[in-house]
Amino acid sequence: MTQYRVLPGPEHFLPPAAASMGIRLPNPGEAHINGVIVPEEQAYEEAARQFLMAKVPTIFPGPLVLWAWNEKAAKKATAIRHLYETIKECVTPQQQAMLIPMPDYRPKYPKINPEVEINPNHPNLTIWHNKIDACMFVGVHCHQANLSLKIIRGGTSCYTIAMCAQAGHEDAMMSFRDATAEKIMKLADTIKRLKGSVKFDPKKR
Amino acid sequence: MSKERIKIAPEMYDIMPPEYQDLVNRATYGKEDRGWKDIGTTKELIEEHSLCAGCPESMAFRYILASLPAPEDTVMVGSTGCTSLVFPMVAVHNIHSLFGNQNAIASGLKRALSVRFPGKVKDVVVLAGDGATVDIGLDMTLQAWFRQEKFTTICFDNELYANTGGQESGLMQKGFVAKMAPVGKQFDKVRLPEIARESGCHYVVQCTVSKPSLIEKVVRNAVLVARELGPTYLQLYTPCILEIGKNSMEGLQEMRDSEKPTERFAYKEFVSEPAKQFLAELAAKDKERKAASKQLAGSTQEA
Repeated sequence: MTQYRVLPGPEHFLPPAAASMGIRLPNPGEAHINGVIVPEEQAYEEAARQFLMAKVPTIFPGPLVLWAWNEKAAKKATAIRHLYETIKECVTPQQQAMLIPMPDYRPKYPKINPEVEINPNHPNLTIWHNKIDACMFVGVHCHQANLSLKIIRGGTSCYTIAMCAQAGHEDAMMSFRDATAEKIMKLADTIKRLKGSVKFDPKKR
Repeated sequence: MSKERIKIAPEMYDIMPPEYQDLVNRATYGKEDRGWKDIGTTKELIEEHSLCAGCPESMAFRYILASLPAPEDTVMVGSTGCTSLVFPMVAVHNIHSLFGNQNAIASGLKRALSVRFPGKVKDVVVLAGDGATVDIGLDMTLQAWFRQEKFTTICFDNELYANTGGQESGLMQKGFVAKMAPVGKQFDKVRLPEIARESGCHYVVQCTVSKPSLIEKVVRNAVLVARELGPTYLQLYTPCILEIGKNSMEGLQEMRDSEKPTERFAYKEFVSEPAKQFLAELAAKDKERKAASKQLAGSTQEA
């Protein structure tokens, strides 16, 4: 079994793809935390803890949920908004929950406004600018998510969670798979349940 | 993509950057009579770009995007060059090909789209510089025309390799001395419009981009003819003001000077017989439609 662990960075300029270091994707019903396969239930708890402990817990919805291109997408968008409102409700006044869109994948040069959007080609700008220390990708096409997650691990100390509708992401510090609106709602419920039991320590972040 | 799908999830609307809200609310996707006159009153399909100030190519880009008959059902294929700096800012599906491969990519794409979306109209438009079209990609350009592939090829002819500092290209005029071609061009400018005609293109135009209404007309014709009949080709003069020693404000005049009847970019048009017939039918239908809508507007006013 590999000794490599997918941990918050900055790892270095070009971090290795976690898959090349022996990290494998979870099977249905499983997730991974730092590259270790765990039952999905455990991942809900850990994701909730990460959001509740973070100074700036952030959700990055991608084009697959930002654009109402089918009923499923619209349902997921509703669930994501609910998750965001739940995080906002459950964190302390010193914490600031954010919902920042990734509307498309065009490399927006010469200018991107990191305050209002994230771009997969330079996600670190948005993370640095807003001092984001925990984030979740949802509704981002896998190939762009992989790119972004690696850049984030390479150049920032942000904890990354992938709520993936396909097979998951090795390059995130934690990854769900087969994401549905119900799973997103379940994560919101877990956050609500753990509210108050997880302490936010500003010095730790 | 279809225009019905270009809507933001209601729960996410407030967090979307304003340019995306504008694209949904004020862009001209699906508008029947879209054209260059929409520029300035609607949301353009091009965001900020990184071309040089006053670059005629940026004007050409804006006119073309404003004139595509169905941008929501169009895929553009680009190639290496200044155009590749703009494509990332364009709200029309696009693919960047390897240098010179653009017409081969477009051939496969057009065929794949017709299999994937039978009964639906999907336009493919190649947009590349003269290096990609005439030098490095000439084989792919010609073979696509020989095979009668149903897409439009647009060449931004700036008569040299501008992006890499000014090397000689096949479309450079004879005798021209460029920064990286100090001896001067020894041969004539390749007569690609004539080659296009002989290779089977149904609609071929060579012109400058000094007149937006002309660009609107030729782009529309080229796309519609390609949709129905076969390959079409537009060669648009977009001078590189930096490489020919002009200032930002002088691009337009350079184009006007070059399109005079005796100059090398005098308007040139070749239309095949089937295309002539098709365009005449189209014009008649358009006239009929416009008359009907005028009549309808008149009767509504009276009521």
